[in-house]
Amino acid sequence: MLCQLINIKKVYFTGKVSFPALNGINLTIEKGEYTAIMGPSGSGKSTLLNIIGFLDTPTEGKYFYQGKEVSNLSDYELARLRNKEVGFVFQNFNLLPRLTAFNNVELPLIYSGLGVKERKRLVMEILEKVGLKERANHRPNELSGGEMQRVAIARALVNNPSLILADEPTGNLDSKTGSEIMEIFDQLAKEGRTIIIVTHDPNVASHAKRLIRITDGMIIEDKIIK
Amino acid sequence: MKFIEILKLSIFTFKTHRLRSFLTTLGIIIGVMTIIAILSLIQGLNRTVEKQISSLGSNVIFVQKISWGMGRIDFEEVAKRKDLTIEDGEALKRLPSVDKLSYTKSTNIGTITYGIYKVRNIEVIGSDENLQYTSNYVISSGRFINEDDFKRRRKVCVVGSYIVENLFPDTDPLFKTINLGGKKFTIVGVLEPKGSFMGQPQDNIIIIPLTTFDEVFPKPTGFQRLWRGLSFQILPKDGKNLERTIDEIREVLRRRRRLGFDKPDDFGINTQQTLREIYKNITNVAFIVMIAVAAISLIVGGIGIMNIMLVAVTERTKEIGLRKAVGASNRDILLQFLLEACFLSFLGGVIGLILGIGSAKIIAALTPLESAVPLWVIIIGVLFPICVGIFFGIYPATRAAKLNPIEALRYE
Repeated sequence: MLCQLINIKKVYFTGKVSFPALNGINLTIEKGEYTAIMGPSGSGKSTLLNIIGFLDTPTEGKYFYQGKEVSNLSDYELARLRNKEVGFVFQNFNLLPRLTAFNNVELPLIYSGLGVKERKRLVMEILEKVGLKERANHRPNELSGGEMQRVAIARALVNNPSLILADEPTGNLDSKTGSEIMEIFDQLAKEGRTIIIVTHDPNVASHAKRLIRITDGMIIEDKIIK
Repeated sequence: MKFIEILKLSIFTFKTHRLRSFLTTLGIIIGVMTIIAILSLIQGLNRTVEKQISSLGSNVIFVQKISWGMGRIDFEEVAKRKDLTIEDGEALKRLPSVDKLSYTKSTNIGTITYGIYKVRNIEVIGSDENLQYTSNYVISSGRFINEDDFKRRRKVCVVGSYIVENLFPDTDPLFKTINLGGKKFTIVGVLEPKGSFMGQPQDNIIIIPLTTFDEVFPKPTGFQRLWRGLSFQILPKDGKNLERTIDEIREVLRRRRRLGFDKPDDFGINTQQTLREIYKNITNVAFIVMIAVAAISLIVGGIGIMNIMLVAVTERTKEIGLRKAVGASNRDILLQFLLEACFLSFLGGVIGLILGIGSAKIIAALTPLESAVPLWVIIIGVLFPICVGIFFGIYPATRAAKLNPIEALRYE
């Protein structure tokens, strides 16, 4: 059992109005699972992903990661967890525009405190894996959308995390490039990585082995599709 | 390890915003430049003044009607003081702690001519043979005035090098006669050049026997009496006991001038130390003013840095969110922005330091001022801006560190 969420609630406060995003989520993710979370916009699926990825903390409920409770860790401990355990892939890639592909991928390694040589080795290894070894010194504006997302995936993988979390990873890509990106995820799943993809695209969801549907901050369906 | 990486990052950010960084740091540059330039010039001035004060002869005690000093002087009271007399001097000479004592009186005379040559603004000093020792004069040719000249009221004189250069450019001045106060004086000696003292030339002097001086020049009148009267230059036997010698002199003079024990001195005993204290008083004021000016300009520079750092935090909100998502802790982000602010101000400090030293050297080259750059000035020039960077960078950096990663990532 990699992640166990027990009755997770999240309420956002904007001024006087409080907005419940998650209304008691109970969920278990096993190691090596390939899961898709679907739901209409505003259903809380991204919030759930952020909580799983230690970017956000729940208002209520307990979250156990590898058997350890993480719902009330300090900022510093959460940062360490994000660094070592999670790789994020975003819809809009979130590459730093002033850095080259190499430097973007290197980012998580810098925060883990690795030395220059080790970093270079790991970054080049992972860039080769996503087929961008030749583009290492290009900046994001010199790359195509698919290439940018591959750089982002490389960045998510470079620290060898236990969990790969993707929030609409194909949302900004055309369908052909999108399916190329999904092939990468499929490959990673085959290697035994734990992957959670948030999407509202049924085609994307169909790549996963488990499908979770969320509406109004609650899980309404959780089934094995493959 | 991580620290170096984050430092590199700050430098990288600087490189990508060169113009903006430069403009931001301009305030610091100007502030540091001003401080360093003024500090170097004050240091230079200190050295020059110290050299000149030392050139007076470290142990010489000057006894005059008036005390050197900065305070308000009651001229009326000073004008009423009795003149010092030769008899006072004779009494002081009998003190066991006094080695040499010379009498001096001086006056300014307008123009002296010799043939077609002319010199202006010459100081004539009436004195005796001991002046050579108390004022450290070195004879370059001929002889100094002697006891005999004094007793016989001879019309002889010893001249400074300035006079030789300007009146006798191509002849030997020895045994030539010049006209002083309507009387002819024979030149018996020439002095080695002494340079100037606090901007005052010291080589435009003519020394004659005091006895002759009284005969030739009228008694000073009005305010001139304050400093044109008889004064003594005293060389103590033992330089280490200057204070004791001064006390003995004071006692003798008070007794001779019949001062009640409750009356203040009606004469001045001045030493090199007096000058040093006057000078210190002046430069201390300059120092305080300078520190105030520098502080203001550095605060302005610091605000500029804070401003641009706040802009940078807003501008890079998304970057901050992303960095946090890949594992940067609040501390890492704080450090990144703090180092950026420090790097900006450090760079401003270094540029300001170079420009400051440069402008001090230029000023020193173009004016009679000197400049000196001691190590501590350089340390101040580098460390102080870094402190400013930390002080004004801490708020923007804290703001960056506290950003919520999810909101930051969503920021457009």
